[in-house]
Amino acid sequence: MADTKQKRWWLAAGLVMLALSGYFSARLFGDDRRLFLPNTTSHGHHQIELACDTCHTPFAGVKQEACNQCHGEELAAVNDSHPRKKFEDPRNADRLTVLDARYCVTCHVEHQPERTLAMGVTQPVDFCFNCHAEIAKDRPSHKNYAFDGCAASGCHNFHDNTALYEDFLVKHLNEPATLARPAVAKRDLKPWIKLVSPNSYQRTLTRADADAPGAMAPKHLDEWVGSAHARAGVNCRDCHAPAQVDGARAAWQDKPGAAACNSCHEREQQGFQAGRHGMRLAQKLSPMRPELARQPMQPDAHGRELGCSSCHGAHAVNVRRAAVESCVECHDDQHSKAYADSPHARLWRAEQAGHGAAGSGVSCATCHLPRELHRDVDLKGIRVQHNQNANLRPNEKMIRGVCMHCHGLGFSIDALADPALIQRNFTGRPAAHVESLDLAATRLKQPRKPKP
Amino acid sequence: MRKLKTVTRTVVPLVILASVAACSGGKPAGSITPQQLTDSLHTVLSTDRAVYTKLIVNRLQNEEKIIKATEHWKEEKTLVLPAQMFRAGAEMVRDKGATFSYSLLSTWPINKQNAPKTEAEKTGLDYIVANKGKNYYTEETLGGKKYFTAVYPDPAVAPACVTCHNDHKDSPKKDFKLGDTMGGVVIRVPMGS
Repeated sequence: MADTKQKRWWLAAGLVMLALSGYFSARLFGDDRRLFLPNTTSHGHHQIELACDTCHTPFAGVKQEACNQCHGEELAAVNDSHPRKKFEDPRNADRLTVLDARYCVTCHVEHQPERTLAMGVTQPVDFCFNCHAEIAKDRPSHKNYAFDGCAASGCHNFHDNTALYEDFLVKHLNEPATLARPAVAKRDLKPWIKLVSPNSYQRTLTRADADAPGAMAPKHLDEWVGSAHARAGVNCRDCHAPAQVDGARAAWQDKPGAAACNSCHEREQQGFQAGRHGMRLAQKLSPMRPELARQPMQPDAHGRELGCSSCHGAHAVNVRRAAVESCVECHDDQHSKAYADSPHARLWRAEQAGHGAAGSGVSCATCHLPRELHRDVDLKGIRVQHNQNANLRPNEKMIRGVCMHCHGLGFSIDALADPALIQRNFTGRPAAHVESLDLAATRLKQPRKPKP
Repeated sequence: MRKLKTVTRTVVPLVILASVAACSGGKPAGSITPQQLTDSLHTVLSTDRAVYTKLIVNRLQNEEKIIKATEHWKEEKTLVLPAQMFRAGAEMVRDKGATFSYSLLSTWPINKQNAPKTEAEKTGLDYIVANKGKNYYTEETLGGKKYFTAVYPDPAVAPACVTCHNDHKDSPKKDFKLGDTMGGVVIRVPMGS
């Protein structure tokens, strides 16, 4: 009797184990792995938190390549102040025992919201002390500074110091708040388009030229006729039924998707997928939607999917609309709401109306999707950086590529160090003053006597 | 029988001794010592840098005066400084997976991160400054690994070296002369298996 009872218990336990492993396996290998997601992920990665394999290599933790695949190029481009190779010299072996700065994950751990600070840093805020404890010897001006203020001061960043290094400060010491001839760079896409598509820009296409088969929605035709695509010679089939490698045209698609844009706008597409707007697409997840964001978004925008046409409009491909109106259709945070009444917006409206100087207007895109010099073998020109995150945090990254086109260095540093001013979208003057330029000027004036 | 015994008792031990003696040398014939390796590396490194300093930097900057070598060469579209060229090589060599490493250090560094840190570096740099023309060799353990460490004097081979360091805001020493030992090249080779 006891024997049968035992057997029944074993059978029951076995069935429960089977059920549980079945359930967990289904979850693990299925689409929804939320069950295995420990804690809240950081602002930087929450959009792709369910694509575990992006960061995690099975049975090998988070490899350095996982970080580099998205962040490596950017760090190299800004001449990272603390690159891995600096720490690989054996003479730094003792420093590595305190803080192994060869690996991103030493300071940027995910799934630990309780110790995640600004910039996704999971080390205590005075980590600089570990290697730079002797700084007062070299810089007497720093004698009374606390060790937890290095990065928050607006003077130093761990990775990107392109706008903050001493010689740069010295070069831009006495600049006015606003430069004599403030101007945003002009976009220069033509050379690249002509390279990809030699027949482009021959003549502006008219209504009669439209080569869509069958009836077209009048709205689409009207939008296309006045657009940059019509001026460049991009016809309906170029996006809806593009030419294949073998020369034949693909079948007509009513909604071609982002692949259609890639043939001419690959650089922009790459930038888009590197930032917060398109990073889900880069990981083959569904497109980003406003309701998934952690920022305040317009309730009306819920359900909209982010792609090229959501900002640019599929037929009008209007870049001016993409510079402001498209943004505020979704973004509903304090900074975005304050834009309309800001001095930057007034300049933008003036330029659009025709009474402001060319390049004097400042839209959302001016700062967040900046115009950068791009080089490609023989070509060199200004294109729009579609990675809105590239210069966002820490915000000193914005100084050289954006602010200094119109403002002096000192003013820019002060403005970006004032969170309240940022919330008001730069209406008013900076409340704080960052001392970095003053310190640089002082050292410049010091007599150059040799030490005994 | 007895003869065989005698032979065995004399020849076999001799053979064993001979092979032990041959093996205890440690290395097969033709291999090089750590010091030979670091000396060879130093010859190449210092020569390449001297060539760059004399034939490129000194000629174009100080003689022809058509381009300068500056610290922020990428931004200013100028020539790379010899010390930076040297360091870039050290980093690139590591990327290629070399087991040896080298660095340029000084008792009077412009960038304080290039001051001597380990005991071997400090002793070595003092030694080469006090004993002009001599090298310093030692062994040290860093991060649990054993290294053969060599410190070679780094003299001012061109006027460009001296003028730039003497005029630099961050240089602790401003009276270098041509031929002075300005710092040292430290080359490390891992030892043991």
